[in-house]
Parts: sequence; C-alpha cells; structure tokens
Amino acid sequence: MGRLAKDPAASEITPEGVYMRRREFMRNAVLFTATSTGVGSTLLWLMRGGRVEPKPSERAGGSDASEQQLAIARRGSYTTDERLTPYRDVTSYNNFYEFGTDKSDPADHARRLRPRPWTVTIGGEVHRPQIIDIDQLLGWFPLEERVYRLRCVEAWSMVIPWVGFPLGDLLERVEPTSRAKYVAFTALLDAEQLPEQRRHVLDWPYVEALRIDEAMHPLAILAVGLYGKVLPNQNGAPLRLVVPWKYGFKGIKSIVKIHLTEEQPPTTWNLAAPHEYGFYANVNPAVDHPRWSQATERRIGEFRRRPTLPFNGYAEQVAELYARMDLRRFF
Amino acid sequence: MHRAGPLPWLKPGVFVGSLVPLAAILFRAWRGELGANPIVQALNQLGLIALVFLVATLACTPLKTSFGWTWPIRLRRLLGLFGFSYALLHVSTYAALDQVLDWHAIWEDVTRRKFIVVGFTAFVLLVPLAATSTRGALKRLGYARWKRLHRLAYVAPALGVMHFTWRVKKDMTEPAAYALVLGGLLLVRVGIYLRSRPSAPLQPE
Repeated sequence: MGRLAKDPAASEITPEGVYMRRREFMRNAVLFTATSTGVGSTLLWLMRGGRVEPKPSERAGGSDASEQQLAIARRGSYTTDERLTPYRDVTSYNNFYEFGTDKSDPADHARRLRPRPWTVTIGGEVHRPQIIDIDQLLGWFPLEERVYRLRCVEAWSMVIPWVGFPLGDLLERVEPTSRAKYVAFTALLDAEQLPEQRRHVLDWPYVEALRIDEAMHPLAILAVGLYGKVLPNQNGAPLRLVVPWKYGFKGIKSIVKIHLTEEQPPTTWNLAAPHEYGFYANVNPAVDHPRWSQATERRIGEFRRRPTLPFNGYAEQVAELYARMDLRRFF
Repeated sequence: MHRAGPLPWLKPGVFVGSLVPLAAILFRAWRGELGANPIVQALNQLGLIALVFLVATLACTPLKTSFGWTWPIRLRRLLGLFGFSYALLHVSTYAALDQVLDWHAIWEDVTRRKFIVVGFTAFVLLVPLAATSTRGALKRLGYARWKRLHRLAYVAPALGVMHFTWRVKKDMTEPAAYALVLGGLLLVRVGIYLRSRPSAPLQPE
C-alpha cells in the first residue's frame, strides 16, 4: 500500500519544467472543471428527483383568474385569529397528486387546469338533483370568509383564510331524501388538464366522502377562494371541500360531482392504503400514522413543532359527532 | 515533493462536484428558496444525496470488473466518505432542526417507527466504515478483517432504500429506481463471485 521508500528516487521526480508545462496544466484544469461540473449537476438533477425544471409558461402565475377579487358578504363565524400562513406558501406548497407528488408540482403545472366553464352534478338521494354551472352555483349563496387551521396527515399545518359557503346550505337546497346517509364527492377526471392521471399513483378520479351529519355541520364548507381571491388552480379550483377538523386529504379539490348515498362511499386514500388512512381521518394526536407520529406538527413558517390538537382544535364544535365511537378503530 | 499520479484532476474534480448539493442547499436556505417547509426539504435532499453516494460507492468495483477501468476504485473511499458525511448531515438536521433535540421524541422515532429504525441502523453501520477508512486502520485491522467489516457497505444502502421506500406516502417511482440500481449492482457482484469460484467440473450422473 504505502511506498517503500520515504523519498522517491531522484529519477522518478518529474522535472518541474515538465510538470508545470502550460499545455498539461490547461488540460488538467479543463478536465477538473468538467468533472466537478458533471458530478455537481448530476447530483442536483438527482436532488430534484430526476425531473426537469418546469417551463415558466406552465407555472401558475400572476396573470390568471386567481387575481380576481371575490365579493365577500360576511366574515364567517368559527374564524381563528392565529397568524395567517403567507399567500405564497399556501399557493406553492400543495398536495394535489393529479399534478405530481412533489409539493411544488401543483404550482408548477396547474396552468393546465381550466376552471371555467365548469359544471357540478348533484344527485343521488336528493329530491332536487342539479347539473349546475359553477358561476350559477356561486350566485346561490353569500360568500363568507373563514380562517381555518389546515392539518395535513404529513404533520405540517397552515392557517388559511378560505372564501366559500357552508356545504350544509347546498345540501339543504337539493333536499336530501330520508335514505341519504353519506355525501360522496368526485374530482375532475381528465388527463389533459391533470397530467399525472396518466400515472396510476392513486386510482383516478380522486373521490372523498363525509357522513351526512359531518357534511351538515356548519364548519364544513365548499371553498371557491382564499385570501379574498378566486381559488388558485393548485388549491383545487374552482370548487373544493374544506373540513378543518379532518386531515387535509379529505379536502377534495376540483369537484365535479356531489352524490348522496345510503351506503358508505369509497374514498381514495382509504382505497390506496386502508391501514394508514381511514374513512373518518379526524385529526387525532393520540392515534399515530402507522409510520410516523401525529402528536406534533410543524406550522408552515414556524421553526419548532407544536402539539397537534384533537380534531385540529375544533373538538368543542365537532366532538359530539363521534361521541359513541372508538376513534382508534374508526381513524 | 508531490508527484501527480495519472488523472490528477479526477479526485479534486469529484470532490468539488460532491460539495455542490451541500452548497446548493445552504445557498437556497440563505435565500429562502427551500420552499414553505425548508427543514423537511433540506432533510429529504440530504438523505437522498447520501443514498446516491452509497450506491455510487458500490458501483466502483463492478465498473472495474466489467470494463477493466481502474479509476473508479480510486474514487471509492472518497464516495463512501461523502455518503457518510451527507448521512451525518441528514441525521443532524433531523435531530437538531426537525426535532429540536427533543430526545424523548427522537428515542420514540428511533425505536418505534420502522422507517426510522432502518434509516438509523444504516447510519450506525456507516460509522465504523468511516472510522476505518484510513490506510492506517486497514493496516491495524489486517486486510481480511478490514474487508469483512467493509461488507457492511452493502447493507447500509439496502437499508437506506428501505428507509426511503417506507418514508414515501404513495409514489414509489424514485425509491424503486434506487432499489433497481442497487439490485443490479449486487447482481453483478454475485456474478463476479460465482465466476471467481474455482469451478468444480460437472459430474455426469
């Protein structure tokens, strides 16, 4: 391994003049630069998960409809006065797997989604089924601002000023039948607009559901905007569900269909990993995700983790919905 | 007197290139460009780069035996030590920034969450490898023992891939890619081993 002699024989020493030859020095400098650049850029590429940078034209940006201000009739009840998560974070750190699984993918690719024209089909166990244009639907209800905590199942959280209306108001208007026990939601299925639907990371379209008493609870809203503006595409334009006491994945985005049923409908994450994601998915610090703890969360923009609250801090309002249920079993 | 060997640019080039991910993470952190959840972003990227180096370390010998190149062997220790260093940064980021040295929570994680159990085990296995990476340590241990110890270099990246797989919520594409490359490299090793064994002549029955 080691050299036998401490000093190499004089004959082995490269004459300085030769060693310092300019041409060789230049060649080595070029090869050194090429090697370090090659190694460095390969590592940066792998760090991005082997993806190319998105074209700026695809990125959701300033000039879309999301700059439109919404007419807010009232500041709703149940509004928290905690510090709002900045608009930039709310609109650039998203889980919307139809655009990709990285948090930045939705903002990078959301331009493909066309939230107008848009129709929503409401049917199933209702007396007055509807196929309605989104703008007409917006005219039915005064818009409210609700500042809610959002707790993702991945143990991060935000505080978001949503604009929307209570889901219960819409359900009352279509008059559920006595057999309506659940409300099922279906998101858009269109690989042209939602390119990652070409890959089967999840079963598309994304579906979610609530029990009817959960859906009728005044905290559950359908959101059409945030920060006083039209909902950006990456946040689920034009219509999304917000159920603040449940993990974020219950908040289905870009809804095209609302269907009332007698039987418990399937839900996307529950189908994908039934032992990890339940139908109820109520925020619960006492029931860990099989792979990580749910006891604490990182509020986006904060350094230290904070304890997670039962029902995401809305226990006073919603705990009675689950009064006789074993929440470890019905997670 | 320094005597330059062949390819004097190789090791310095790889060394500087290997520092690029760390520089990029620090630069983006300083500019506030690590996104809304910078700690988790840095944590994930450091872990991924550690895995890249550990897999790359295992590619050196197959490259030599398959193509006869000797230069990858000269990079092996450098790549392994970068793998260890990025793993150390990954673990430190987790403990100091993500968990803010909450030893109770860290203990719970390290003992109970299987993806952290395997990840932490991988890191622990790397410690003796890094500690015995010097020429002196090789001499002290003797080549046979040193080589046996450094077989852990196969185990650590395999555990690293498991750690990655169990961490991901649903999309397995990336962990699967690393598993595939790692599996391929291990297969080449098996091939080499089988060929190098003195082959007994087949006995007709």
